[in-house]
Amino acid sequence: MLTQLTHGIATMTRRRALAATAGLVLGLAASSSLAPAQAADDTIKVGILHSLSGTMAISETTLKDTILFLIDEQNKKGGVLGKKLEPVVVDPASNWPLFAEKARELITKDKVAVVFGCWTSVSRKSVLPVFKELNNILFYPVQYEGEESERNVFYTGAAPNQQAIPAVDYLMKEEKVKRWVLAGTDYVYPRTTNKILEAYLKSKGVAQDDIMINYTPFGHSDWQTIVADIKKFGSAGKKTAVVSTINGDANVPFYKELGNQGIKATDIPVVAFSVGEEELAGIDTKPLLGHLAAWNYFESIKTPANEKFIKEWQAYTKNPKRVTNDPMEAHYIGFNMWVKAVEKVKSTDPDKVIDALPGIEAPNLTGGVSQMLPNHHITKPVFIGEIKGNGQFDVVWKTPGLVAGDAWSKELEGSKDLIGDWVGKKCGNFNTKTNKCGGQGS
Amino acid sequence: MFANCIDRFRALFLSILLLSCLTVPALAGPFEDSVAKFANDEFSDTEAAIGEVAASGNALASPIISALQDGRLSADPDSKKVFITRTDGKIVDAATGAAVDKLPDNAAAVRLNNRLRRTVEAALGGLTLLSPDPAKRLAAAQSVFKSHEENVLPTVESALAKESVKSVKQAFAEARAAIILFKSDASDSDKLDAVAVVKARGDQEALALLTALGADQPPLVANAAASAVSSIQSNLAMWSMVQNAWYGVSLGSVLLLAAIGLAITFGVMGVINMAHGEMVMLGAYTTFVVQEVIRSRYPALFDYSLLIAVPLAFLVAGLIGVLIERTIIRFLYGRPLETLLATWGLSLVLQQAVRTAFGPTNREVGNPSWMSGAFELGQITITYNRLWILCFTLAVFAILLAMLRYTALGLEMRAVTQNRRMAASMGIATSRVDALTFGLGSGIAGIAGVALSQIDNVSPNLGQSYIIDSFMVVVFGGVGNLWGTLVGAFTLGIANKFLEPVAGAVLGKIAILVLIILFIQKRPRGLFALKGRAVEA
Amino acid sequence: MTPHILTRSLDRAATAFVLIVAAIGVLIPLSNLLLPQGSMFQVPTYLVALWGKYVCYAILALSIDLIWGYCGILSLGHGAFFALGGYAMGMYLMRQIGSRGVYGNPILPDFMVFLNWSKLPWYWYGFDKFWFAALMVLLVPGLLAFCFGWLAFRSRVTGVYLSIITQAMTYALLLAFFRNDFGFGGNNGLTDFKDILGFNVQAEGTRAALFLLSCLALIIAFLISRAIVASKLGKVLIAVRDAESRTRFLGYRVESYKLFVFTLSACMAGVAGALYVPQVGIINPSEFAPANSIEAVIWVAVGGRGTLVGAALGAVVVNYAKTFFTSGPLAPYWLFMLGALFILVTLLLPKGIVGTFNSWWEKARHSSPDADSAAREDGIGAPNAAE
Repeated sequence: MLTQLTHGIATMTRRRALAATAGLVLGLAASSSLAPAQAADDTIKVGILHSLSGTMAISETTLKDTILFLIDEQNKKGGVLGKKLEPVVVDPASNWPLFAEKARELITKDKVAVVFGCWTSVSRKSVLPVFKELNNILFYPVQYEGEESERNVFYTGAAPNQQAIPAVDYLMKEEKVKRWVLAGTDYVYPRTTNKILEAYLKSKGVAQDDIMINYTPFGHSDWQTIVADIKKFGSAGKKTAVVSTINGDANVPFYKELGNQGIKATDIPVVAFSVGEEELAGIDTKPLLGHLAAWNYFESIKTPANEKFIKEWQAYTKNPKRVTNDPMEAHYIGFNMWVKAVEKVKSTDPDKVIDALPGIEAPNLTGGVSQMLPNHHITKPVFIGEIKGNGQFDVVWKTPGLVAGDAWSKELEGSKDLIGDWVGKKCGNFNTKTNKCGGQGS
Repeated sequence: MFANCIDRFRALFLSILLLSCLTVPALAGPFEDSVAKFANDEFSDTEAAIGEVAASGNALASPIISALQDGRLSADPDSKKVFITRTDGKIVDAATGAAVDKLPDNAAAVRLNNRLRRTVEAALGGLTLLSPDPAKRLAAAQSVFKSHEENVLPTVESALAKESVKSVKQAFAEARAAIILFKSDASDSDKLDAVAVVKARGDQEALALLTALGADQPPLVANAAASAVSSIQSNLAMWSMVQNAWYGVSLGSVLLLAAIGLAITFGVMGVINMAHGEMVMLGAYTTFVVQEVIRSRYPALFDYSLLIAVPLAFLVAGLIGVLIERTIIRFLYGRPLETLLATWGLSLVLQQAVRTAFGPTNREVGNPSWMSGAFELGQITITYNRLWILCFTLAVFAILLAMLRYTALGLEMRAVTQNRRMAASMGIATSRVDALTFGLGSGIAGIAGVALSQIDNVSPNLGQSYIIDSFMVVVFGGVGNLWGTLVGAFTLGIANKFLEPVAGAVLGKIAILVLIILFIQKRPRGLFALKGRAVEA
Repeated sequence: MTPHILTRSLDRAATAFVLIVAAIGVLIPLSNLLLPQGSMFQVPTYLVALWGKYVCYAILALSIDLIWGYCGILSLGHGAFFALGGYAMGMYLMRQIGSRGVYGNPILPDFMVFLNWSKLPWYWYGFDKFWFAALMVLLVPGLLAFCFGWLAFRSRVTGVYLSIITQAMTYALLLAFFRNDFGFGGNNGLTDFKDILGFNVQAEGTRAALFLLSCLALIIAFLISRAIVASKLGKVLIAVRDAESRTRFLGYRVESYKLFVFTLSACMAGVAGALYVPQVGIINPSEFAPANSIEAVIWVAVGGRGTLVGAALGAVVVNYAKTFFTSGPLAPYWLFMLGALFILVTLLLPKGIVGTFNSWWEKARHSSPDADSAAREDGIGAPNAAE
């Protein structure tokens, strides 16, 4: 075999093959090193890592537009540090490994100063090693299950204690709910949220029999059985409510089935954590009157900042009907915090910006001022809204002040002693019992 | 539950007050101050206002509260004036009843939350125990059955005595029984009668009522209640089987509808059309466009929107299907696996095209009134939209079958399927038949989209969620056989719905997939295998 | 005998392919490690990772081509074997994290601690050892393919029925792995890997080594496939592809041939998955998605079904196109490009890139067709299949 191979190599094939390979490698190297060379120094690049196609495009496309809008506004004000901001848009196509690939591309090839992106937890988990390895900054704008505090990530969406727990408190106090259906899509966010809620409800004296937990696959569209079960569970004589962590796509058929089977909010209210203005835009909301959602922002909240934001957003998108929602506000806060931090340290160097961010304050759209905490989460107000007939929410309750986001849930056995502190302890999972920073090897 | 009762009790109490005062002439005085509280935009003030207005006995109280329920009550926060927009569009001052030309600019609808909505609802419910409208009396009786408050017993009894409509009379009797069951000083024999009445009702709520009865009852009553509970439970268990079967049939009809078009393009023509789901999606978007036009131009036609959308969706998807066949598929006959590749590419293009044209988010497709709501059949709830979809699916299936059997095109299609060369020799223009067949399959996918828009998201991803299931149905039933597709769809639907309560939605679906895999081992060509030479392909 | 088969199978094009892959496997890591950063000819690390991914996809494509191009088995579920291999490797990598996870639990991976699991499920035992995981990378996909194939081929499930039940298989696995109760991390899958065999997975040296290994695996997979295709076994496979019943009537046990090549192909896909995971840094259920498997089949079709070089090339070309189109100003429109690419390739290059090139080359040389000529399509459910 060897002789045959050497013989083969000795022929013309070898030269052709080697020439081709050399050409390919050179081409690769050249194409990759030439591209960034063109990047002028008079702009600061901002990466946008949101899916524009595939299943998540439905939610994420708006966030891409939001960042483009915010960059546009900032550039009108003269940019940052005297330089214009330049957006770099990529499409990770709802494909989780592609998220990691695109993050790497943004940081290494495009040399962005910061990345705004991701929606699902799995996409964040997928890019996390890349951000740690290449030391860059990610702003993550979506409510999530918590249990994470990383040096390179800033979480501007709600942690469970900023959404789920206040919502349950509201139902207990205002609606006197005694029986609970925890319905969710089978993935990490609902699983964890429901675990936390279950522990919380039990600590408030709710019996196991009064909690029903139900999981459905992604994109579940046939809700007949489950809605009938909820109805049955709700007719046991105690006030019942549904806490829904059902993911985006499955919500429309769920609410349609609820409406058709005649479950009204006055009988069994449903409080959702993943249903916002954007999702309601696809449903006729009249049968859903009174069902609830818990968020840190609603479009209907009347503050001068919010009205200005909505007006400019609709002008920017040239669509007077375009709605705003909670993750958009999270990006708004995150973007402004990043700008402030960069201006404070007069540099876009990720290390300096990461150190500067905790403590930075930026106004939110609901009249308060949010602050970046040492655990890289932010303070936010919590609102409970009831669905109105026009696809908007009517705020029926809000927390008196701003709630600080907990990276680690107090309700879960594994994490109740952990805190994230990137200022004093320089550690994302510091164990307050053992006084040790976890994850460093014992 | 206790608080709930208090809520209901309070509401009922108010409504009775309201009822009794309606006959009394309106009193002057604090009524205007009470009405003005609606303008404070605080839920507690609104609640107080409801109570005071109801207690006032003013003739305007009832219109005010029903206006509040419908969102027709608006208030001007500056002048503290409150207005009712009447159903005929006229506006009156809520405090005085005087007509007003138009609402002030800063008047906003008085807000409600769930608790207030319940209060208002129960108040109006109690108010209508003696309403002239039987439907309202029925609703009122049912709300009394749930709240079973002792102090409405006299009203219920007098209503029962006067009642002439049979179903309403029954409801009043049940409401009376519910009150007596929970009345501490009722005699044992009365209670036993009450148990019997409630037992005869036999539904979920009767069960809830009897379980809530508690252990402090006399032994005789407790025993009767216990046996009633177990009999209702076994009855309900039987009904839940019926319910599962209905859900299965309904799911099966959805599967069938999504798969019928594929059964033609894939089963009859052998084209692996991965863009089939996108045809369904186009049908759903056609419905959206039709509804948009109707909403903005001819709102009165809204209930007919689906009827208009069906032929349009058929045409849109069918024409696109013909176009696809003429430009792509026809070059690929004899290379069927490459149709998979090309149509996959096509599905990507169509998805992105729709995403670009209509945006990536869900679009709202409303349910016409005849497709909303549900009715009770025995102890199960049947929703109208599912029922109509089932009828629609069967109709489409029947029409398709008749078309294949009795029309010239159908004959040609069958001939081409069975032996293309011979059909061509007999003078059939096979390429025309191919185009029409593909168009037909796509068009049917389009009208499936109209139906699916009623129960699912209308988004660019709509088609993706049905394509795999559709292929499973066609293959399970046997490629090339429409009856196979029918039986396959209903079998899978029913099996799925019987597995779901046992195994959960996810495991149930996995089990179905494993069963399909195993079933294909047993019958490698599906349920209804084609026989003859066509098989050895 | 083996060398004989190998030498006979190595015609010039194949030799060139092996040499090019070997050269890329050596030159890219060398350029990445030795040349100074920012130099004109230095291949940046992100490209090493990216090309490592492409090479893994190429192995997957090769495994599909082996069964589809040469034996006529169209599997629409090959992504499942790829993902299972990936999970086996991912489980090893998870166990290597040890107490460096965020909760510092030395045994349980983070996602188990977080969902209150108290002990490691039995099927995670042994994955702390590399040899065991490596064995599982081959065994799990191989065993699944063997059982599945044994059932399906024996009952003579063929054509589109087989394609659809392979799809059902991968879809069922997708749903199963989504379930958190299943113990594989649910939707998030396995991620945040630290070490492989004691080396930091993120270190440039490790990446370079993994890249080299992937190229090596591609070469080995190619040589094995090549040897099979050129042997007598290969001739029988092609006979099965072209006329299964006739082959059976000639006295060949068609099922055994199919089963062998199907299982082998699944093992190859498993290896591809195992190499893919440490380079990409995550494995999760979306790898089981039927769409992924269909896409892999499309790579083969684009490159040229029935040409091994074409399968590998197709995987690289399509994925490069995907990477290229999903960035920059074209990002919102990339699906149009990709979709159009698929349609155009089918219409204009029915034999795929390499197949078309081959026939063009043959025509140009006016010589007799090579053994490696483009494959004849089998007629699954063709409109004129009744002939």
